[in-house]
Amino acid sequence: MSRADWETVIGLEIHAQLNTQAKIFSNASTAFGAPPNAQASAVDIALPGVLPVLNRGAVERAIRLGLALGSNIAPKSVFARKNYFYPDLPKGYQISQFELPVVQGGILTIRVGEGEEAYEKPIRLTRAHLEEDAGKSLHEDFHGMSGIDLNRAGTPLLEIVSEPDMRSSAEAVAYARALHALVCWIDICDGNMQEGSFRCDANVSVRKKGDTTLGTRREIKNLNSFRFLQQAIDFETGWQIETLEDGGQIQQSTVLFDPETGTTRMMRTKEDAHDYRYFPDPDLLPLEIGADWIEQIKASMPELPTAMKARFEHSLGLSPQDASALTSSKEVADYFQATVSAAGTAQAKRCANWVMGELAARINKAGLGISAAPISPAQLAGLILRIDDGSLSNTIARKVFEALWNGEGTSADDIIERQGLKQVTDSGAIEAIVNEVIAANPKSVEEFRAGKEKALNALVGQVMKASRGKANPAQVNELMRRKLGS
Amino acid sequence: MISVQICNEPVSVLRRALAKKEISSVELTKLFLSRIEGIGAPLNAFITVDSERALAEARAADGRIAKGEAGALTGIPLAHKDLFCTEGVLTSCGSKMLSNFVSPYDAHVVSLLKKAGAVSLGKTNMDEFAMGSSNETSHYGPVHNPWKPGYVPGGSSGGSAAAVAARLVPIATGTDTGGSVRQPASFCGITGIKPTYGLVSRYGMVAYASSLDQGGAFGASAADCAALLSAMTGFDPRDSTSLDRPTEDYAAAIDAPVPHASRPLAGLTVGIPDEFFSEGLGDEVRAAVESALAQYRALGAATRQISLPNARLAIPAYYVIAMAEASSNLSRFDGVRYGHRTAEYADLSDLYCKSRSEGFGAEVQRRILVGTFVLSHGYYDAYYLQAQKLRRLIADDFKRAFTECDLIAGPTSPVTAWPFGAMGDDPVKMYLADIYTTPVNLAGLPGISHPCGFDSAGLPVGLQLIGNYFSEARLLAAAHHFQQSTDWHLRRPANPA
Repeated sequence: MSRADWETVIGLEIHAQLNTQAKIFSNASTAFGAPPNAQASAVDIALPGVLPVLNRGAVERAIRLGLALGSNIAPKSVFARKNYFYPDLPKGYQISQFELPVVQGGILTIRVGEGEEAYEKPIRLTRAHLEEDAGKSLHEDFHGMSGIDLNRAGTPLLEIVSEPDMRSSAEAVAYARALHALVCWIDICDGNMQEGSFRCDANVSVRKKGDTTLGTRREIKNLNSFRFLQQAIDFETGWQIETLEDGGQIQQSTVLFDPETGTTRMMRTKEDAHDYRYFPDPDLLPLEIGADWIEQIKASMPELPTAMKARFEHSLGLSPQDASALTSSKEVADYFQATVSAAGTAQAKRCANWVMGELAARINKAGLGISAAPISPAQLAGLILRIDDGSLSNTIARKVFEALWNGEGTSADDIIERQGLKQVTDSGAIEAIVNEVIAANPKSVEEFRAGKEKALNALVGQVMKASRGKANPAQVNELMRRKLGS
Repeated sequence: MISVQICNEPVSVLRRALAKKEISSVELTKLFLSRIEGIGAPLNAFITVDSERALAEARAADGRIAKGEAGALTGIPLAHKDLFCTEGVLTSCGSKMLSNFVSPYDAHVVSLLKKAGAVSLGKTNMDEFAMGSSNETSHYGPVHNPWKPGYVPGGSSGGSAAAVAARLVPIATGTDTGGSVRQPASFCGITGIKPTYGLVSRYGMVAYASSLDQGGAFGASAADCAALLSAMTGFDPRDSTSLDRPTEDYAAAIDAPVPHASRPLAGLTVGIPDEFFSEGLGDEVRAAVESALAQYRALGAATRQISLPNARLAIPAYYVIAMAEASSNLSRFDGVRYGHRTAEYADLSDLYCKSRSEGFGAEVQRRILVGTFVLSHGYYDAYYLQAQKLRRLIADDFKRAFTECDLIAGPTSPVTAWPFGAMGDDPVKMYLADIYTTPVNLAGLPGISHPCGFDSAGLPVGLQLIGNYFSEARLLAAAHHFQQSTDWHLRRPANPA
């Protein structure tokens, strides 16, 4: 049997840290990077007698996600206690949701692959539930002892669980990326993966193609980059297939991914899994969400990426690929929309090309986010308008772009003016240069006349060079042919 | 020169004396402190007495009185059950586990009473983590019943009840999860009220069973309980189960004029549940309660038989729910951040096991183990969920009953106080003594216990009145009118301890 006879089945559980100012059950700050335990209140360290009070901001964010995914927002959901002992879990239980989560169902459509190979696929959501994060155990710097930092304890999390609908690491990464973009888009999570604001667990199993029952899964914990997610799934898939082909069995278990070696290793099996003894938290009333609250939040929601993508295709005439790329993140979409609104919708296609082409390449090279680009949408629009009216050739436009990037002028017009880059369309001036070039390059002229098309390019290039790029290449081409009598 | 007899006076008289400057709060505080140190010492009712702090509060109270800024309880001494967190003062919960825990904050109830001007003399003894009906599970040793040394004061708020009964303090706070205010009030011959669940904030009250725990008040009389309870209630946004409703002045409510002074309870229908007078009820308790009911009729109340058919299921339902919640609530006592930590340990698991085995007494460990069991995978449905269903049935019984009557009356406990150790090694035998009080907690209703007689051994008998939600004023008024025409609440133990 070969790898092609097997199918990978993947479901993801993603913990998105909600961007509330205060914690989910206390009023301590959630800001990242404070000195250890500086942001741990009496509630967070679980002093005797303290009680949790739900932060409605966290609920609002869960509702936003539910609305974005077309999920059912539970009119009544319940907080439950997940009981286990660990030093960074001050109460000895985590407040989470178990039987009745706040967000139920929903669909996220992902786009996988590029170009001709690209395809769309709807991924079903199982649920999303609210819970509190634990603190951190610090095992270094304490001479064999462990330190406990409870700053993170009580930080609000939304655990977003998918159905096992993904069939490759590429689909899993596409889903994780789309969800990451969405939680940032609807402003419920800062998306900072280095700081742990968006963490993935992947449930992976394999089965023979055509099988309808699921294989035994192993859960890979705490993948904090898309690259690790892909590497971990690929390794795990290969390991499971090999194990089964060698006549072995997969044991349901939790594994860790080691980025150093690119391998997964067993952490615990189902047999030694905890009995968490979930039960409804008697300190918190059931969470009731009225239709009016949902309506209020709905009214404050931004246009969602799917709706925006459809609009880009239908109203702006963009291709599905372009529309998809331009709605891959809120920042890109905002930049593109601002550019179009400054340049006019007739320039939408050109705006799309510049945003995804020159601008994307330049910010990638500089390692910047699009919102930090030194060229504003208005400046880019100004440049595009000068291309449209024929003032700039594409070659010169790229020079103007570079000059704008380097802050050499306030606008495209300013740079054109200062650097004298306006395209020369005066045929007399061009004709003079053409004559000079013909006179100076008898060899090329002869070759062209002998039927060598390429020689013309060399001649045109000479003219462009002599005009310092300001001549209109189409015009030069036409003039040259006429002069050479072809 | 003040009379020692002033220690027997109700809060209203003390307030008047303070207002008229016939006595100062410092004098009053010294008087009660000397009783705690003297005749009170053998009772073991207090875990912590903080004389200096009390006198400083008394001086501040005298200052407020002098300036005419006295609040409802300004200058009145009181004591807190030792599971209310008190800033800067040991809050032990009667446990070795918290025998080193000085709270950095005040419970909501404690801060409300501070604001009202009350002077806290100290913290009272209790069953460990409020788990017990006899005060015998305290790490600090048992409390003696002021009526008979060597007998239990009831529990879990036994220290508060004994202290009020022996007049070591005029009023005291308690908590009631399954009867822990009403039963010790009954055993000690005083009055104790557990209000509707949600009326008193649980913030800063160390949790035993969160869905049942409720702060309550002890006093010699319903009037004293009314004065204390009025100052304890009030919405607290830090407790999600706290009810946002206007506070009531219960002291004013019980003094409201009635149309017929000789029949102040005319128009009141008191339901008598058959189930509270059946098997297991002691003869002497029955006799005392029945004669008290006759007195209620004499005061104008009508009595009628009612039925609470599911009340008999209260004990198993109560103990499953309470222990389940307790097993989780007590997980935070792990020796990591505060409280008892074992001296030597090999690893993390050893740290947990030893710290908790050493820090918790036998009854607390038993309840944690049972609670852990009933929440375990495979047993949850049969125990915890089943108990929740019973809880609903019991609440429905009361709902139905209150369509037929205004209040429900019966004995607070089937028995009077028992000698230390009488329950032996059979915890279930003691659990069964909570038969009349636990249904009230399961339903979240208010209940009051007031003295209504004595048994042949000279131990007090209590009568319990149960009201509908938020009927505290009616309960207190009924008990008050009973006490206006009887003197059980005026009896004092001859020579406590």
